[in-house]
Amino acid sequence: MVLVGLFVAGVAAAVGLALRAFQENLLYFYTPTQAIAGEAPDGKKIRLGGMVQEGSVRREPGDLELRFDVSDNEKTMTVAYSGVLPDLFKEGQGVIAMGHLGADGVFQAEEVLAKHDENYMPPEVAATMATDGQGTPAAPPRSDAALN
Amino acid sequence: MWTWFFQLASPPHFYRMAASLVPWLLWPALLLILVGAWGGLVLAPADYQQGEGYRIIYVHVPSSYLSMMVYVTMAVAAGIGLIWRIKLAHAVAASCAPVGATFTAAALITGMLWGKPMWGTYWQWEPRLTSELILLFLYFGYMSLRSAFNDLNQSDRASAVLALAGVVNVPIIHFSVLWWAGLHQGPSISKIDAPSIAFAMLWPLLVMILGFTLFFLGILAMRVRGEVLEREFHSRWAQDVLRGVSRVEAA
Repeated sequence: MVLVGLFVAGVAAAVGLALRAFQENLLYFYTPTQAIAGEAPDGKKIRLGGMVQEGSVRREPGDLELRFDVSDNEKTMTVAYSGVLPDLFKEGQGVIAMGHLGADGVFQAEEVLAKHDENYMPPEVAATMATDGQGTPAAPPRSDAALN
Repeated sequence: MWTWFFQLASPPHFYRMAASLVPWLLWPALLLILVGAWGGLVLAPADYQQGEGYRIIYVHVPSSYLSMMVYVTMAVAAGIGLIWRIKLAHAVAASCAPVGATFTAAALITGMLWGKPMWGTYWQWEPRLTSELILLFLYFGYMSLRSAFNDLNQSDRASAVLALAGVVNVPIIHFSVLWWAGLHQGPSISKIDAPSIAFAMLWPLLVMILGFTLFFLGILAMRVRGEVLEREFHSRWAQDVLRGVSRVEAA
């Protein structure tokens, strides 16, 4: 029975430590507003999350670097990235970029992940919804869905 | 009513009843999984964003759902065993763990395979993925704690406490996508609004979930039979069963 007591105490301690660690790292990504306000730790790698703004994806001719603007509907931050993009990366979609904030205010990304929403539907339905403007918008998806 | 209850908790009676239950669970499970797979892989349309790739949902979501439901079943059984000292309940809890761990592993693996093409990564330490991985470790911890004792009673009680303590992780997994900003999208089905998945895609998913659930119950019935037989090895009825004397079947 002593062993059981010890074990339960061990589990309780482990859960407590895990919760503490979770409290500190609760933030999986920062929004552009938070990053611009300087809430993200300096000089550390962080994740920046938001929506890729429509019409903001641009690439200089002869350069691999891609630039796009990430927005949380309040502030916008430019992200620079050269690498392979996931299939679902597109304008109006949610995105999570990992990297660091440069001195020039441009976020230098080392990894870009696409974050999709929870809507599943056939393409025809999505097309109808986009033209009707009814129901859950297909493209662009609701921003809260993509930011959550 | 109480006679029925005590009869159910009596191992020989359960052993007999579970045997007759198994085909009624596993055959419908097979039928539902075949119908669901046909509906999901053939009849359902492609997705507007993910194309054909989203179809892994028909394995991923049922596995994830069961990874949590099996844990709840295990914790409830362990709690009943702990409070009312019903040995059959401990046998049920012990039988749940490997099945639940398998569903959890399936959910994690299918999720990784799905995450790579769509998100661009196999793994991220984000809330949903991390809490599901903790669930796998809880199952492993439960199983290794069980095998750490020689005394069955001690093993039952200690593991029951762990199962009950770990149950807090289940709502954390479920609500992780709502409470914290992560990579995993929010729920498509289990929410107050209408499901955000087209009906043609939804029904095969629900059929699959039901099929997986019946499959779990069928496997559980088989496993509990084995478990009670092992526990009651020295009793008269177990020896009769093992010698092929059909005293129990006839009783």
